[in-house]
Amino acid sequence: MKPGDELPPLSVPVTRTLIVAGAIASRDYQDVHHDPEAARAKGAPDIFMNIVTTNGLVGRYVTDHFGSGAVLRKMAIRLGAPNYPGDVMVLTGTITSVCADGDGEDGNEADGSPALVDVAIVGTNRLGRHVSGTVTVSLAGKAS
Amino acid sequence: MSDLYERLKAYEGHPAAVSARGKDPVNTAMIRHWCEAVGDTHPAHAGEDAVAPPAMLQAWTLAGLGGGQAGRSAALGELFALLDAAGFTAVVATDCEQEYFRPLRPGDVVTYDSVIESVSPCKATKLGAGHFITTRTEVRTAGVSALAATHRFRILRYAPAARAAGRRPKPVVGRDNAGFWAGVARRELLAQRCDDCRELRFPWLPGCGGCGSPRWTEARVSGAGTVYSYVVVHHPPAPGFEPPYVVALVELAEGVRMLGNVTGVEPGGVHIGMRVRVEFQRPDGEQELPFFRPVGPADDGRVRA
Repeated sequence: MKPGDELPPLSVPVTRTLIVAGAIASRDYQDVHHDPEAARAKGAPDIFMNIVTTNGLVGRYVTDHFGSGAVLRKMAIRLGAPNYPGDVMVLTGTITSVCADGDGEDGNEADGSPALVDVAIVGTNRLGRHVSGTVTVSLAGKAS
Repeated sequence: MSDLYERLKAYEGHPAAVSARGKDPVNTAMIRHWCEAVGDTHPAHAGEDAVAPPAMLQAWTLAGLGGGQAGRSAALGELFALLDAAGFTAVVATDCEQEYFRPLRPGDVVTYDSVIESVSPCKATKLGAGHFITTRTEVRTAGVSALAATHRFRILRYAPAARAAGRRPKPVVGRDNAGFWAGVARRELLAQRCDDCRELRFPWLPGCGGCGSPRWTEARVSGAGTVYSYVVVHHPPAPGFEPPYVVALVELAEGVRMLGNVTGVEPGGVHIGMRVRVEFQRPDGEQELPFFRPVGPADDGRVRA
């Protein structure tokens, strides 16, 4: 594993069910995430995904890739074009740094300390870039 | 600096929430609902020793349908009331930065303190003009002073772009064009042909633009054509029209040109030379109106069924 390595892309169909389930599971009852008429009254063509669901999909994309030892440490995301029903969001990721936890130096296979990996992620849909950001994940004893 | 912005900015540094408490302790039901929603199958979030997925942090602090967020500060309420009164009534989240220091486990009672970090000047955005509000939240669990997580959150409070109420205006039908609209009502597209010089013309006129003859006969045209030119209308709002929409000048196969909306395709998918065919629709469920829909090989795959 090294900076520049790419994660395999993940396609997420943006269904009404996903948008509503994600909003309700995150206790977000803003009407624009479940009521199309209310969304239109506020200038959107339809309901759209809430930021917490996007955060969850991005986190899951990264931990799915690194496996059961992976723990999210830091996430910073910025939203652009909304995720509307019927769209498909394609998440891609690129490793930007790999270092041993705590010391800030490059990971050392021999010392067995957990690696911290930074991944730059982008999620695009038909309107353009829905989300971009950086996720830091720790990997127990997987610095190599 | 505007007077309003001065008043908004005064809230920077004020608390947004003080010793607030999540409505539910961390629990396996909410963890499971979340994991099912976003498709998270990480084994750490299931079973007896389950911990909450870090990315669902806000689920523990949002007020939910019941509202009445205990611990929300008067300052935040005042800030939002000022924005509401100024027309910035809609909200959308734009940025989320979180750092997780230790896992949240079932039974943990989530507590948090939040501060209004910044309020931006009024910005023009695609959604409308608005102010970005950034808060920074420290999340702990009851009885433990060490941080569990931090959370910086940015929202846009904006004034929704105005939408004109009411129905689509009716066509203006007069003595000179009544025949055209009578044809449309029968789902036929009619031009005029001069009885003297035989020139085909559209739009309808009482006399021939070529030879001046007032004698003419209706001539049915096929409705097939190509986009000669077009505009995409975003603004201003008009009753019965949902922006963005396309107004195209269509050159019909017979050579005359006709204005109409292009339907069945995203505005970005329309281009000059695109093959279209007339389609009659009743947008208000009343009067037939002619529209143009792309035909033939689905141009760049953007044609909708």
